[in-house]
Amino acid sequence: MDYVPHTPEDQKKMMQTIGIAGLDDLFADIPEKYRLKQLLNLPPAMSEQEVWGLMQQIGAQNVIPAVTLTGAGAYHHFIPAVVGHVISRSEFYTAYTPYQAEISQGILQAIYEYQTMIAGLTGMQVANASMYDGASAMAEAAVLAAKTLNRTKIVINRSVHPQYRQVVKTYAWSNGYEVVEVPYADNGQLNRSVLAEAVDHNTAAVLVQTPNFFGIIEDITSIEAAVHAKGALLVSGFTEATSLGILKPAGAMGADFVVGEGQAFGNPMNYGGPYLGIFASTDKFLRKIPGRLAGATLDKDGQRGFVLTLQTREQHIRRERATSNICSNEALCALAAAVYLVCLGKNLKKLAELNFQKAQYLKTHLSRLEGWEPVFSGPVYNEFAMRCPDAKVVNRRLQNEGIIGGYALENEYPELKNSLLLCATEMLSREDMDRIVSIAR
Amino acid sequence: MDLIFEKSRPGRTAGGIPVCDVPEIALDQVIEQRLLREDVDLPEVAEVDLIRHYTTLSRRNFGVDVGFYPLGSCTMKYNPKINEDVARLPGFTALHPLAPAEFAQGDMRMMYELQGFLSEIFGMADFTLQPAAGAHGELTGVMMMKKYFETRGDDRRRILIPDAAHGTNPATGALCGFQTVTVRSNAEGGVDMDHLRELMTGDAVGLMLTNPNTLGLFERNIEGVSDIVHSRGGLLYCDGANANAFMGKTRAGDLGFDVIQLNLHKTFSTPHGCGGPGSGPVGVSDKLVDYLPVPRIVKDGDRYAWSEDFPDTIGRVRAFYGNFNVMVKAYAYIRSLGPDGLRKVSEVAVLNANYLKEKLKPYFDLAYDRTCMHECVFTGHRQVRESGVHTSDIAKRLLDYGYHPPTIYFPMIVPEAIMIEPNETESLETLDAFCDVMIAIAREAREEPEKVKSAPLTTPVRRLDEVRAAREPDVCWKG
Repeated sequence: MDYVPHTPEDQKKMMQTIGIAGLDDLFADIPEKYRLKQLLNLPPAMSEQEVWGLMQQIGAQNVIPAVTLTGAGAYHHFIPAVVGHVISRSEFYTAYTPYQAEISQGILQAIYEYQTMIAGLTGMQVANASMYDGASAMAEAAVLAAKTLNRTKIVINRSVHPQYRQVVKTYAWSNGYEVVEVPYADNGQLNRSVLAEAVDHNTAAVLVQTPNFFGIIEDITSIEAAVHAKGALLVSGFTEATSLGILKPAGAMGADFVVGEGQAFGNPMNYGGPYLGIFASTDKFLRKIPGRLAGATLDKDGQRGFVLTLQTREQHIRRERATSNICSNEALCALAAAVYLVCLGKNLKKLAELNFQKAQYLKTHLSRLEGWEPVFSGPVYNEFAMRCPDAKVVNRRLQNEGIIGGYALENEYPELKNSLLLCATEMLSREDMDRIVSIAR
Repeated sequence: MDLIFEKSRPGRTAGGIPVCDVPEIALDQVIEQRLLREDVDLPEVAEVDLIRHYTTLSRRNFGVDVGFYPLGSCTMKYNPKINEDVARLPGFTALHPLAPAEFAQGDMRMMYELQGFLSEIFGMADFTLQPAAGAHGELTGVMMMKKYFETRGDDRRRILIPDAAHGTNPATGALCGFQTVTVRSNAEGGVDMDHLRELMTGDAVGLMLTNPNTLGLFERNIEGVSDIVHSRGGLLYCDGANANAFMGKTRAGDLGFDVIQLNLHKTFSTPHGCGGPGSGPVGVSDKLVDYLPVPRIVKDGDRYAWSEDFPDTIGRVRAFYGNFNVMVKAYAYIRSLGPDGLRKVSEVAVLNANYLKEKLKPYFDLAYDRTCMHECVFTGHRQVRESGVHTSDIAKRLLDYGYHPPTIYFPMIVPEAIMIEPNETESLETLDAFCDVMIAIAREAREEPEKVKSAPLTTPVRRLDEVRAAREPDVCWKG
């Protein structure tokens, strides 16, 4: 099945118009010795029915878990039916970036509304149309800070998602910046004094996360002054977007940038992507932030309309002087997030409260098991770290029951032996959790 | 039309929350009150309001399913529906990225095979699927070039980029700490070989070449280009944005390229989604395999596993493994087409572009009059000179006729550029109808220039004031 509509007659007619004898004439600019003489070594073409069967078969080689207890940057939430229906409108999903505003008002307005909701939730004045994911959004914020301040040091807390730290390190290395990692405090929160000491006059950005990788809610007001006193910028991240439903936004606590993973807003876990990077900032950086921005304006007749705006920030105009090379973003995922937020409305708070209650329940009941205790004492949202007698055995037992267990923290934190990072969202029923506790016992 | 916020009424909702089935405790018993927010400021609408809002918005949007979309350099081909359906199978949507490998064998198999297919199609040693978009792939590719020289203790500082390149190329070079140096195009639209020879010194990491280039022209001197770059110890990078032109006809690796980034959302038919998600796999030659991002899939017997054990890797460029669900669609596409189908894609894409070029050439001036690949570039010169009608006016007038305009004002080396990429899924009738409209607009430009200049006349909004949008930025609704 090749989706090419041409009949042999069509092809002949077109070749006559062009004045060629065969299709190969069109490829004469390819030096003869590099022209492929045989077919590519690929499996043969299939009909739609055969492809459907094959993909069913590949999909079935996965095991869909009964319950997923891992969060760690991707979260299992219920997705209301309206989300899938809206993003399946092919006027949305088969469109390109809205360069021609007059026939792209649909996505431009939807993105403007998305930006408004994200700015409100993060407590910022500006949000862009999305980045690739939470990790790259954080890395781009760090690069922007360094370029803006002309400084070369980036300070990052070790309680930031390990993969986000890896991405920041890759971006920093490529730009020639130094990354300094700062340890967390015993309760799992930021270590204020150590962090303050690490910030100097060459520090461009301090990167933290709340809730942090351990699920612990940070009080970033406690470090804001120390960061700003040295002229550095505070980048506050998150991986669990639904936490914004109950937590005071980082924008209201002195962050210059709020960056995070928006997957939890209406996007499936999709084995890691596509997701969407949320990127918000104070007004001050409006003309510097990376990525696309939809802006309101008026048309010739004085009617409200929307365009991609402040494009002189972007690579296609600024080329090597652009602060980012981003072009495509995750617009359809941002649309899904917008529809999700409109669907829930003020109930986002209720949903976040429900997540909090579920996690408290599971944490409390696991804590009652012999040899189990919370690793940290800091406050948590829907994710928490538990020390247990043997993390491997617990995960194996859960796995045997079709349950994806906790994230083994020892993978990235050698000091945290037999510690599992567990997540409880609204998808876990009390019955599920009681079962989990009995399997873990 | 009203914003969703303007439709909000207190007390409405489209999304109910389940009753809490566990004993509740007060939030502030755990989280200090000052770390909690009082309210979320989100719109309150009923489900029917939500659906009508977004349905109305969708009808103010133009996609490939609506009509012909010859947006040059963007390969807006038809997106087969089976690919959307298979990507929604629970096996591909429901798995957590950190699920144990035992749970994810199907997902990993698909990724592993896709890497293999892309390696075969483009003649590369291996591929990474991690980058989320084309520009992200560029960044990943140039990072690997940087690492290659770094591990050799070779401190090269410059990267060469032709003047016809996409803006992402120089921006990428700069983000990898390189000084970008522009290589001139020659009179026939290829790389100026003398200029390349002069610039490609031992201080340059190599050349980022789009091939076919943004003029839609295949680099005839590719062998010479490759020789010059490699003879000075450099690496040759292929921006694969235009890969739809040569599948099954030639291979980037065979042509001497060391790196190529693809755009699955162009060449491999995955939908663009209004600007994403894309997927930007990067292929490398043997020289660069060690520097691929981690984690990589390793196959042991018939089991797949993730491994980070590659000491020379550049690291990670995003969390997890890339835009997985987009890859599912590209995989299904490759399996549908097979080797002859992919070759046919490129042959017909090139046929369509040359057909359009021949039909329109009497009415619009060609930037370079030679056989093009999958796209052709005209200049609106004649129209400006004859009637003061600019390329932007022509583009806006096309909206009235129900077409998405071509890419305009790019490449920058062509004044008033009109870059048309018809792609293989468009029929002869569609091309003829489009040509008729272009010819009609050329006539209007001569006879009724004011009409063209005041277009569009039939769209939901008229021309928008972009200057106002930039001078008085309004990117969030203030109420």
